[in-house]
Amino acid sequence: MSPLLEVSGLTKRYGGVTANADIVFDVNEGEIVGIIGPNGAGKSTLFDLVTGFQQPDGGRVLLDGHDITGLRPDRISRLGVARTFQKLKPFIDLTVTENVIVGALAHTSDMKTARDQALESLAFVNLLEKRNNFARELSTGQRKRLELARGLAMSPRLILMDEVTGGVDQRSIAELIALVLELKQRGLTIVMIEHNMQVIMRLADRILALHAGRPIAFGAPEQVRSEPAVVDAYLGTVDDAA
Amino acid sequence: MSRDLILQAVISGLLMGLIYALVAVGLTLIFGLMEIVNFAHGEFLMLAMFTAFWFWALGGLDPMLSLPLVAILLAVAGILAHFGIIRRLLKAPMLAQVCGTFGLGVALRAGAQFLWTPDFRTITNPFIAGRVQIGPIFIGQPQLISGGICLLSFAALWWFVTRTETGLGLQATAQDRQAAAVIGIPTERMFALGWAIGLGCVGIAGTMLSTFYYIFSDVGTNFALLAFVAVALGGFGSILGSLLAGLLIGLVESLGGLLLDPSYKTLIVFGLYLTVVIFRPHGLFGRF
Amino acid sequence: MLEKARAERLWPRPPLWASALGAAAIALLIAYPFIFTTSFSHHLMILILLYALMAQSWNVVAGLSGQISLGQAIFFGIGAYSSTVLFAKYGITPWAGLMVGMLLSALAAVAIGVPTLRLRGHYFAIATLLIGSGVQIVFQRWDWVGAASGLYVPIERTSPLFYLQFHTSKVPYYYLVLGAVAIGYLVVWKLRRSRLGFRLQALRDEPDAAASLGIAIARHKVLAFMISAAMMSVAGTFYAQYVLVLDPERLFSAEISIIVLLMTVLGGSGTLWGPALGAAILVPLSEYSRIWFGGTGRTIDLILYGILILLVCMWRPSGILSLLEERIRRRAEMP
Repeated sequence: MSPLLEVSGLTKRYGGVTANADIVFDVNEGEIVGIIGPNGAGKSTLFDLVTGFQQPDGGRVLLDGHDITGLRPDRISRLGVARTFQKLKPFIDLTVTENVIVGALAHTSDMKTARDQALESLAFVNLLEKRNNFARELSTGQRKRLELARGLAMSPRLILMDEVTGGVDQRSIAELIALVLELKQRGLTIVMIEHNMQVIMRLADRILALHAGRPIAFGAPEQVRSEPAVVDAYLGTVDDAA
Repeated sequence: MSRDLILQAVISGLLMGLIYALVAVGLTLIFGLMEIVNFAHGEFLMLAMFTAFWFWALGGLDPMLSLPLVAILLAVAGILAHFGIIRRLLKAPMLAQVCGTFGLGVALRAGAQFLWTPDFRTITNPFIAGRVQIGPIFIGQPQLISGGICLLSFAALWWFVTRTETGLGLQATAQDRQAAAVIGIPTERMFALGWAIGLGCVGIAGTMLSTFYYIFSDVGTNFALLAFVAVALGGFGSILGSLLAGLLIGLVESLGGLLLDPSYKTLIVFGLYLTVVIFRPHGLFGRF
Repeated sequence: MLEKARAERLWPRPPLWASALGAAAIALLIAYPFIFTTSFSHHLMILILLYALMAQSWNVVAGLSGQISLGQAIFFGIGAYSSTVLFAKYGITPWAGLMVGMLLSALAAVAIGVPTLRLRGHYFAIATLLIGSGVQIVFQRWDWVGAASGLYVPIERTSPLFYLQFHTSKVPYYYLVLGAVAIGYLVVWKLRRSRLGFRLQALRDEPDAAASLGIAIARHKVLAFMISAAMMSVAGTFYAQYVLVLDPERLFSAEISIIVLLMTVLGGSGTLWGPALGAAILVPLSEYSRIWFGGTGRTIDLILYGILILLVCMWRPSGILSLLEERIRRRAEMP
């Protein structure tokens, strides 16, 4: 069976700086692929390239065999690709429920249906309590869950999560791990950028390691983790988050 | 169309362009520092012109003498504006920032009209008057001196921003506010300084304009529009960009008025803005 | 909790006192010409209603969709000129002219919007300011529509409804405008509860996130602009039929573009009734200051407007009604 997402030769340059160079990896349906790398390795840029927020200078992105390279972000998301952002983007002048409704509206035009789906999504991430608050009233951890709920309300096939555990407290991390595993159970394909090594080792089926914009390893977690280039660039210099 | 006429238009366009540039650089400084577009900028120019006028009408002070006074007064106004108004607006969403400075402009313009009527004023018998002849070209002395002073101001500004510690602090704050604060550069003071310098430039430009331009409550509007065009053209935040863009606009306006119908010259400048902004959104040197 | 949440009303309900107030206001509006019978009071209310419609138009493109247009007067003028030119030169009823105006304004919105709406906020605002100024200059020099002298709407004393001119009393005119405003506000009310309305608000708050949720950014911006242009155009046509004279300096003036912005920001940008409240405050302020201060009244009201807006933006940028609306949407306990 062909992979759901295939990325080959993806490259992005800004003037003299190469943000991404020849990135190659694939994601099978129902799989969790983690992306690791030091700051500035080009992880978020990769997400932008895959989801259409930036135009690649080279390479291809295939979604279920279809070439989606360089398409507009809204077109790509309508094909069933959701994403969260590292720098959170809640709709601050909408309530939490309304935020998620916007996600549900991606595939329905009935407001009642959208609202109910939104509520389900919020229940899943455990934010129902705050459903009538405005998004600007939420804490960082809550906003992360909101963004996740919003993307999930789209009923996507693939979701790209950017640093879901960043800035979140210990207890919530365990909850998030459970959430992600549950999503996998439901058949969602997930690509996650993560700094927290424990989380990614626990969750990922395969890991892509980036350094200075280049892929330096791609494969099973144990294999990637013991790859000398990875240890050199990343694991050796970054504290394991406890 | 004689070559002399064209040369005349070029020279006078460039001289006027220097004034546009000086007005624009104030806008661009403020935006570069704190990402606020001062929609009341034209009104501050108008106030500068009136200040110079009243110094002359009531105090007998020639604009060349009141120049430093007006500049300082406008700089103080800038500091007051920042601490009194802008500091609050910075926390508000962009819509509020636009509307806030807009409202300020409306109030200032209407206030001027209320206090001084919509009548047009001029400064008659300024110290600098008359024309000089350079080859086949006639240039008004006020325009010539204005151009020179604008250039000097730019040079002084450039020197200040690139060679003094405070100036570098301004640049740092403009580029990365938080990083600058972390290394000890006082953000608030930099903002206030930006306003002071920005409006100080407007003060200089206004005083110079008062020597040869009509002074009335609405005079700022058109200059503001042209300044917006200059800033967008040159790139928000770029001093050099403002200078070049101002010159370009002065040139286009002057030549456009000569070669086409004079009443269309504003349209031409606006067309220039739209073309640049659509095809090169960051302007010539801008970061935004 | 999910069951409880699902059982909640889809749309929040305003507190009883607000609904009662609203109903009273509507009753008052309907009975107004018979309660206040002077020609001036009719004139005042007609102006308030027209501006309420115009401010709502700005609310659609800016308050709801986040695109700060400073050139709404463009569409006001197009509406006024469309109906007047068609009537004066071809005898076509202003009602048809109304439709044509809406169409032309929508087209203008597309023409202006497609290249400029992709610009960042400030750039777009300045672009609309410049284009508005440019359009004014063009109309002031366009001989076919009367250039700077403008146009007169030919007087017809027969068939007032057909010609949309009432010469014996302002009252029928009042009700027509009231009807138009009611329709406009109904449209916006529905819009805010619709899929499109939510998508526009998402676009306003976070365009990137909106795009990642399937919203075509450029298309939606232009759509919002078109709707707002059509509303402005309707106001323009009615205004032309009211004053019966077209002056390009007035119609395309930046002042109109600014005033609709000021009204909405004051009343509450993004709320439904904010624009109406803003109009209800600022129009009488303007008219009465003109009466009390004579010629200089024109400037005093502007001074007050400007200061008022500055204060609102400094202290309560979301406007007067935002607080109430927030409480309603948050389904908080109502006072």
